[in-house]
Amino acid sequence: MKKLEAIIKPFKLDEVKDALTAIGVKGITVSEVKGFGRQRGHKEIYRGAEYQVDFVPKVKIEVVVDASIANDAIEAIKTSAETGQIGDGKIFLLPVEEAVRIRTGETGKDAI
Amino acid sequence: MKMKTLIYVLILAVIGVGKAWAGDDDPTPLSNKEAIDLVQTHANYVWTLVAAALVFFMQAGFAMVEAGFTRAKNAVNIMMKNLMDFSLGTLGYWAIGFGLMFGATTTGWFGWGSFFLSDFTPDGDPWVLAFWMFQVVFAATAATIVSGAMAERTKFSGYLVYSVFISAVIYPIFGSWAWGSLYNGSGWLEGFGFIDFAGSTVVHSVGGWAALAGAIVLGPRLGKYTKDGKIKPILGHNIPLAALGVFILWLGWFGFNPGSTTTADKSIAMIFVNTNLAAAAGCALAMITSWLKFGKPEAGMSLNGALAGLVGITAGCANVSPTSSLIIGAVAGVLVVFSVLFFDKIKVDDPVGAVSVHGVNGAWGTLAAGIFDMGGFSIKVVGVQLLGIASCFVWTFVTAFILFKVISMTIGLRVSPEEEKEGLDFTEHGNSAYPDFDTSSYAQN
Repeated sequence: MKKLEAIIKPFKLDEVKDALTAIGVKGITVSEVKGFGRQRGHKEIYRGAEYQVDFVPKVKIEVVVDASIANDAIEAIKTSAETGQIGDGKIFLLPVEEAVRIRTGETGKDAI
Repeated sequence: MKMKTLIYVLILAVIGVGKAWAGDDDPTPLSNKEAIDLVQTHANYVWTLVAAALVFFMQAGFAMVEAGFTRAKNAVNIMMKNLMDFSLGTLGYWAIGFGLMFGATTTGWFGWGSFFLSDFTPDGDPWVLAFWMFQVVFAATAATIVSGAMAERTKFSGYLVYSVFISAVIYPIFGSWAWGSLYNGSGWLEGFGFIDFAGSTVVHSVGGWAALAGAIVLGPRLGKYTKDGKIKPILGHNIPLAALGVFILWLGWFGFNPGSTTTADKSIAMIFVNTNLAAAAGCALAMITSWLKFGKPEAGMSLNGALAGLVGITAGCANVSPTSSLIIGAVAGVLVVFSVLFFDKIKVDDPVGAVSVHGVNGAWGTLAAGIFDMGGFSIKVVGVQLLGIASCFVWTFVTAFILFKVISMTIGLRVSPEEEKEGLDFTEHGNSAYPDFDTSSYAQN
């Protein structure tokens, strides 16, 4: 099992969700997050004074998939989340040791 | 059958009424005149009280503007300040203020009499009630202007004391100089021919200069300036709310200026138009100025621009032409942008721009009422206007400064740094404006 954590632009969430469900991903966890990468946020103006916004709003997607479709999932997120502009985000792939479905007690592949 | 009976009854009723009329005395030119005058009097009451209701609604506008331009952690405190400066202000104005402003005077410096609305007797003329109602909402407008400049750091109990004083003493005494003769008084300033139809100086500059004194005595909010003196903007938490407040104020001004006739006559049409033209021009010019200066049409400045135009036309709305109103509003729109930047630079922290909108543009509007007077330009009139502007600044700034210093040294004017960081909603009121939302509002300084 593998876990994908992807930081994407908030308005890309629907497209990414559709792309992931299309390749058979059964569950997605989403959180609203803030952060910065290489471009270091952006500048805004308030009542005539400029200020730096370091932490830009992003959406974090977490999905756990069977190792066999991990690469497909990465590809799905990569193509659906891309705009070509700075700030498109990142995808991280992590190993997962175990998964348990709380209601039934199923474990491993059956639980995801 | 039933229908027929009904018709008979109706015919009899009509004949009966006709007989009753026939029993009245024949109308004479005099009785006609009295009847017409009575209709005019009633119309004056209705117009004055409808306008008073519109001006009252400006309290909501001020509350929304102030809440929108400040942080979520202080929103309850801001609602409480706006609620209480009206409520305590009403009581103070009822007990003392109205008497100082409109009581009889021999000196022209303050009135004496009509305290506690004692001029009203059950069988007497109720005009004093309509007039008082219209005046009390004006007093409360001056009081609530200050709240915005002192937002996010003022101790609530100290603010309450201030609220009573401005409505009971500071505002009424200046008001008596300029407006006393609207009732029983007669002020020295109006004796010179000072023009301030609806209160650019009497209401707005008084509020604005008191706000300046308050902001100076308090000092800037924590985090507004970095250690090396750079400005670090503290973002308002809800710009749509601030915009709603500006629209409400704009609406309320249609009571504030045209209502100041306290007479239902044709003159209100031009005052309405002047009020609207100045607001629109102020808004447009503030937007253009911010666009040229910052590269973007900035919302906060554009909103302040509309208010600046409204304050600017308040003095001259009845004695300048619509075209002049547009010019007055346009200048106010430019002026407010540079004024906000100026006060930010000299480290007077005014979260909503109250000093710039009401103080500075109140002064500009009062001057403009002299310059653009439809009666013709005269250096004497402009001189009197300048005298009014200066006397307002000296009286209000000095008395308000002393008042805030005394409050500061006794019950305290500013909350502790810990309380300020935590937010006044929790520390002053044990409450939270948005308990269902997340805590991100606490994260940004």
